[in-house]
Amino acid sequence: MHETIFFILKILPYLAQGLTITFYVSIVSFLIGLTIASALTPLRVFLRPSLSLVIKSYIEVFRGTPLLVQLFIIYFGLPSLGVKFDPLTAGIIALSLNSSAYQAEILRSSIKAIPESQYHSAEALGMSTVQVYRYVILPQAIRAAIPALVNEVVTLVKESSLVSIIGVAELTRRGEYIVASTFRALEAYIAVAVVYLVVCIAMSQVSKILERKFKIPGYERGVV
Amino acid sequence: MDVLVIRELTAGYHSTPVLRGISLRIAKGEKVVLMGPSGSGKSTLLKCIVRLVEPWSGTIIVDGTNVLEDNVDIRKVRQKVGFVFQSYNLFPHMTVLRNITLPLEVVKKMNKKEAIDRALQALKVVDMVEFKDKYPLELSGGQQQRVAIARALAIDPVLLLLDEPTSALDPELREEVLETLRNVAKRGISMLIVTHELDFAEDVADRILFMDHGMIVEEGVPYELLYSPKKERTRSFLRTIFRRLYTKH
Repeated sequence: MHETIFFILKILPYLAQGLTITFYVSIVSFLIGLTIASALTPLRVFLRPSLSLVIKSYIEVFRGTPLLVQLFIIYFGLPSLGVKFDPLTAGIIALSLNSSAYQAEILRSSIKAIPESQYHSAEALGMSTVQVYRYVILPQAIRAAIPALVNEVVTLVKESSLVSIIGVAELTRRGEYIVASTFRALEAYIAVAVVYLVVCIAMSQVSKILERKFKIPGYERGVV
Repeated sequence: MDVLVIRELTAGYHSTPVLRGISLRIAKGEKVVLMGPSGSGKSTLLKCIVRLVEPWSGTIIVDGTNVLEDNVDIRKVRQKVGFVFQSYNLFPHMTVLRNITLPLEVVKKMNKKEAIDRALQALKVVDMVEFKDKYPLELSGGQQQRVAIARALAIDPVLLLLDEPTSALDPELREEVLETLRNVAKRGISMLIVTHELDFAEDVADRILFMDHGMIVEEGVPYELLYSPKKERTRSFLRTIFRRLYTKH
């Protein structure tokens, strides 16, 4: 038992180096995804349903197919069209596009969750559409989106393990290296799992802190 | 001069008509109460005045501006009309003070100091100055409605539209809002109020209109309309209201 714990402790620094790559891939993908989602959302909210069909299709394609398949298309498929990426870039592209579809849905549903009475109230005061969104709708919608967006980061941290398959030396891949050189699969993968778990628990705490920081005072009383 | 003139107004949702030819006038400083059963089109009428609901046909003139003309800037009209909603509709993520200063700053283009001064004046009218730094959801329904009244007053409107301002409130909270509205009425502002508060209507209204099925069925001075209505429809509606009042007490 002691020997197992000692082994896990010994490989943790090596895994931690992989965690840096995991964070890098996840955070960069999240931010690119958020940028794409932020651009798609107003188009989806404001365009007529027929015109927003293209955006809806984009979202459906990325949500309706496995991330691994998307990753393979980008890394193994696109070179046949002359488009070639290194593993890290391909991984970030796949995760960003996939995440943007989920984030677009998060942002859209957060905006849709703001009651119509808030629009009416702001419009009745003479505000323009831009002002209504800037001062009234978006500040409330973004607050509502925070838990789901943090959850998306957690999902990305876990899903980024898929890029190990194309050779990116992130956390899971480093676990694989250890297994290959020591044949101690159980201990190595448990260590990898523990690192993911600690990171995800820490993220949930961050989410709670953010929710508390941006909470609307009096909201918990449920008086509307 | 009339602050509001409505002629032959029709409106509806999808293909269902709600307003079937409404005509009314409100003179400067006049207080008009609008009564009628739910679904009679009272709220729709109020919303049509500032085009929160798009009318089908007719004419609406607010302070000399034809609201339904194609080239009219409806935001300019809205800046002259205060609107108080049944469910207050304050912005929950802003303090009471910010709820009032925001439209003054971004719509009326006042500087911060002017906006704060004006907001504090308005809060004084509704006796809510001490709550200026609270958030709406930290207040009672009655207090929220008083802030909503202050927000509508702060834009210095020529006409105040109130859509059942007390119907979402408990009986004990209603009185504080009605008292606030009595004070507001004394300031000489023109008001169109949808309410079923008979005492309040009798005290404050210069005229009461009774609406049913999207039409104005009857109108008159409060005493006349409340105690000797001519139309059977008005009588039966008032009977229901009186019965509800007596069974409550």
